[in-house]
Amino acid sequence: MKRHIISILIENEAGALSRVAGLFSARGYNIESLTVAATEDASLSRMTIVTSGSEEIIEQIKKQLNKLIDVVKLMELSDGEYIERELALIKLKAEGAEDREELKRLADVFRGHIVDVNSHTYVVELTGDGEKIDAFIKAVEDRCVVEVVRSGVSGIARGARHLDVSAS
Amino acid sequence: MELSGGEILIQFLKDEGVEFIFGYPGGSVLHIYDAMYGQDDIKHILVRHEQAATHAADGYARSTGKPGVVLVTSGPGATNAVTGIATAYMDSIPMVVITGQVPLPVIGSDAFQEVDSIGITRPCVKHNFLVKDINDLAETLKKAFHIATTGRPGPVVVDIPKDITDPNIKIPYSYPKSVEMRSYNPVTQGHSIQLKRAIEMMGSAKRPMIYSGGGVVLSDASAELREFVRKLGFPITQTLMGLGAYPADDEQNVGMLGMHGTYEANMAMHECDVLIAVGARFDDRVTGKLAEFCPTAKIIHIDIDPASISKNVKVDVPIVGDVKNVLADLNKLLDASTSSYGKQSIPKWWSQIIDWRSRQCLEYDRTSDLIKPQFAIEMLHKVTKGEAYVTSDVGQHQMWAAQYYGFNEPRRWINSGGLGTMGFGLPAAMGVQLAHRDAKVACVTGEGSIQMNIQELSTCMQYGLPIKIITLNNRYLGMVRQWQEFTYEERYSMSYMEALPNFKMLAESYGHVGMEIDKPGDVEGALKEAFDLKNRLVFMNIITDQTENVYPMIESGKAHNDMRLMPARELS
Repeated sequence: MKRHIISILIENEAGALSRVAGLFSARGYNIESLTVAATEDASLSRMTIVTSGSEEIIEQIKKQLNKLIDVVKLMELSDGEYIERELALIKLKAEGAEDREELKRLADVFRGHIVDVNSHTYVVELTGDGEKIDAFIKAVEDRCVVEVVRSGVSGIARGARHLDVSAS
Repeated sequence: MELSGGEILIQFLKDEGVEFIFGYPGGSVLHIYDAMYGQDDIKHILVRHEQAATHAADGYARSTGKPGVVLVTSGPGATNAVTGIATAYMDSIPMVVITGQVPLPVIGSDAFQEVDSIGITRPCVKHNFLVKDINDLAETLKKAFHIATTGRPGPVVVDIPKDITDPNIKIPYSYPKSVEMRSYNPVTQGHSIQLKRAIEMMGSAKRPMIYSGGGVVLSDASAELREFVRKLGFPITQTLMGLGAYPADDEQNVGMLGMHGTYEANMAMHECDVLIAVGARFDDRVTGKLAEFCPTAKIIHIDIDPASISKNVKVDVPIVGDVKNVLADLNKLLDASTSSYGKQSIPKWWSQIIDWRSRQCLEYDRTSDLIKPQFAIEMLHKVTKGEAYVTSDVGQHQMWAAQYYGFNEPRRWINSGGLGTMGFGLPAAMGVQLAHRDAKVACVTGEGSIQMNIQELSTCMQYGLPIKIITLNNRYLGMVRQWQEFTYEERYSMSYMEALPNFKMLAESYGHVGMEIDKPGDVEGALKEAFDLKNRLVFMNIITDQTENVYPMIESGKAHNDMRLMPARELS
């Protein structure tokens, strides 16, 4: 089952998120992550949904999303070239000079930033696609992960391709 | 004109041309009920339970094509309405349901009669709105009617907090004649390339089949469908929801398909090489086992809802658009086509179908001393000359009505096909009778279903609705009993209902006429007598053969060519 990323523009109304979330649960579709926030146009929200399923299921998901009255525009990002990013905040146990040095080095390798420090822990801020974050967690795992907070994926198409409200 | 929220609602409904509101008052809608007091442009029908309000509005909508309107209070008023909303949603019936809500400042505080109506109804509405500002009220109502009646129709809920309808807060009102929504623009015209592909595919068909559904009724495309079918000369089968769009008594009609479809319809589905689906959604009761559905067919699918296309069955030629427009376009293309159509172009296929038809799969024992339910329906057809509006509940009686009444016109057969809601028939008949005061309206029901909304006998008395209730009383929840006989080795778990009321006396106590019929020879006379009582509701308690089953039957998970037919021993 291939991973698919769907972007939608949806009317910024109360309950819009629950219409989308409810659709996925009611019809038994997979949902890996879902992010939503306002856009430059205050009347619209932008949602990025990561899901998986057969071609037929993905086709149905897109049709059912389009059928929601509040959905203005939909695009499957993964149909073309795109950029995906996810933010992770990771709290790590960091005790002893050797461990602290090692974690600092690992964070650098992954181009993360240590954004909070005390004598027992670090908080690492990391941005990238899902694989990169998975790889970092794997690299430090077992030893010292206290907690992981991930934002879920946001995505945008490369080049001129974009979600345009005015286009029919 | 300065109006309060309650007055805006009533004035808007008048401006929208609404004839009836089906409803029940309560705390959160008292301002609205006060605003409607003393006017008679819109008639409010006071039901006895909110579920019945939604079914009555639904029956009104199905029989007229106009949206049904419901008004109920918050909390239990709204939750009682949910079954009716879900019923309308499954069958794509246009309906606007106005639910009262607790005042805005107390929403979320578990106030008296508060429930999250928007949350509860979300999965079973086409859309819903919570009105948070009186200035949005008129436009929101217009959007609700627009959404309910266009594209694939469906129910829309408008939740109105009590403070929005406060009589002391007035604002200027003008009727919003139209509404624009950037996110909602249903496609109504079929794509010309797909139309051409469809014509080519139809022209090359050796064993074609037309399968039409409720979408034809909803889009008032019966005339276009008849022209289309006759031009082509192809056999047509109709779904439970589509009955009447094409006349039952026409030669090209092979009857209903699916779980209780005819032998010839299901066999033809299984053997066809080109299937033309018109406003139908490949429901599981129609398709049977998906893996063996129309195994040799290329499929053309016409539907206004893109999400219906290739949902259950992969389609070769998808045509998104209003069935009425698409069929009109196809008819034009057929006129211009050089291919030859007509029955004479597919003689082998027709002789095969006539052969299947000769099995006479709907034949039943006509010599029985007991009243056969099939016979009762045939008599109903005879006495009403096939012109009645027939509503039904859900179960065996529903299938017999569908199989034996023979509907020749659309919007005459009113039943809960998708959700299968027992308790639908009587309140739906109220909506039908209100819309067609002089028409013959029959509610075909069972002794199980009728008890689910029997309190509406009181509403029928209040508004003088001369419905004829045809109760096929077999003292069993018949369809459950049938499944238990076939697949649970006759373990009749909870399908027998004891302590039935005396229906004749019950009807009489509500002020209606009650009849009890238990001999086959009395059925026709009793029906005549009942329909001659033009101004009275007649409750006919017809005592039928207890163990009669609905045939043919494709059991769950089996294919179209795997039907259980009436056992020969039962045919003498």
